[in-house]
Amino acid sequence: MSDTDRELRVSKIRNGTVIDHLAAGQALNVLALLGIDGSGGEGVSVGMNVPSDKLAKKDIVKVEDRELSQSEVDVLSVISPEATINIVREYEVIEKKRIERPEYVEDVLSCPNRNCITNAEEPIRTRFMVLDDGLRCDYCGEIVREDEVPSRLDVS
Amino acid sequence: MRQDHLISATQLSRADIEAVLDRAAEIDADPSAWQGRHDGSILGLCFFEPSTRTRMSFDTAMKRLGGRTIDMGAVESSSVKKGETLADTMRVLEGYADALVLRHPSEGSAKMATEFVDVPLVNAGDGAGQHPTQTLLDLYTMRQNAGLDDVTVGIMGDLKYGRTVHSLASALTNFDIRQHFISPESLRLPRSVRYDLHESGAQVREHTGLGEVLGELDILYVTRIQRERFPDENEYLKVAGEYQISAEDLSAAKDSLTIMHPLPRVDEIASDVDETDHAKYFQQAHNGVPVRMALLDMLLSEEEAQ
Ligand SMILES: [Zn+2]
Repeated sequence: MSDTDRELRVSKIRNGTVIDHLAAGQALNVLALLGIDGSGGEGVSVGMNVPSDKLAKKDIVKVEDRELSQSEVDVLSVISPEATINIVREYEVIEKKRIERPEYVEDVLSCPNRNCITNAEEPIRTRFMVLDDGLRCDYCGEIVREDEVPSRLDVS
Repeated sequence: MRQDHLISATQLSRADIEAVLDRAAEIDADPSAWQGRHDGSILGLCFFEPSTRTRMSFDTAMKRLGGRTIDMGAVESSSVKKGETLADTMRVLEGYADALVLRHPSEGSAKMATEFVDVPLVNAGDGAGQHPTQTLLDLYTMRQNAGLDDVTVGIMGDLKYGRTVHSLASALTNFDIRQHFISPESLRLPRSVRYDLHESGAQVREHTGLGEVLGELDILYVTRIQRERFPDENEYLKVAGEYQISAEDLSAAKDSLTIMHPLPRVDEIASDVDETDHAKYFQQAHNGVPVRMALLDMLLSEEEAQ
């Protein structure tokens, strides 16, 4: 029995998304990214520091009845480039997506520069260019390093 | 120039810069030939924070081209005070003018404004971000005095908040220029500017004292260090003297050293430097008009051609 089988058996979901191979420690950031704090009543299971063949340790997040938007997938690719997204229907993985780093991520992070126009009450969305090791605000040029990305998640 | 807007010096190629500087030199050589070139054009001056000199310089440049300017007046008395967004204000003003100049206290404001207007827009300073027309006149002055290739430039003062420095540093990477940055530790170049310099492969070094490099410099670009940038007054007093120059301090400099400053200055350049051949900051300030004429002429000509 593989690790994956064992995990799925622990908390198999009927319909939804399994985000696997997350870098250890990123599970809570992913929940924040998805705007999940439990108050919405979603079925969620989280595995942290699970042994993995691919990574020494990994996190895993399973969310019932929820698919990810493209911008959510984009940010996921920045905080955890090795992650995989499995879409589950009727208990079966029907699609396994590998995520790719996009050129830009839109509308999911806030700019750390408090004086940036995106932090004023203007009718615009944030937009960050994806660099090798971080993100860059397309408006003010501020750089957000990879390890700072989780704290900039705009989960309003 | 291929762009419709001038937002950041980072968008300028060497060819773009040379085209503007060449046009400025033509204008300088025979200003009367340009009078009336843009008869009937209107430039909107949108200054969301006061800057008398930059505003007057654009105003003069447009009028010397035969055009006219409109001014939204003091922010205190405008709809902005009533909470209107910048996006809305710009959409309205776009209807009044053939081109717009924007000065605004927030970084990225000019970039945002271009998403709401179709007429050419020039960034005249966005917070601590960019000030690309200042950069063009700085480059024009450098070219007049020292050239733009095989040159060693020192940039000294508040490198963290100085938008003129951020624009200039990135524009200089288009040329064969060695850049030395001289500042207190707490006012070093911000991460984003250092990132761009690194990406461009520029020859860059950072220093905390002018003495380490003064003798090598062809150009020394001085900016003001603001006392209020220091959390502790004593910290300011400790470093302030290091970044002020007098004629006497320049004995170790090359005879041909060009000293520049975006002005206004306070005490970072002593008045006895004005009497030396090094001082070019007033020439630099005068260059604002022909350089802005050149830029406006290019943006408006492109607009008319469409
Ligand atoms: Zn920003």
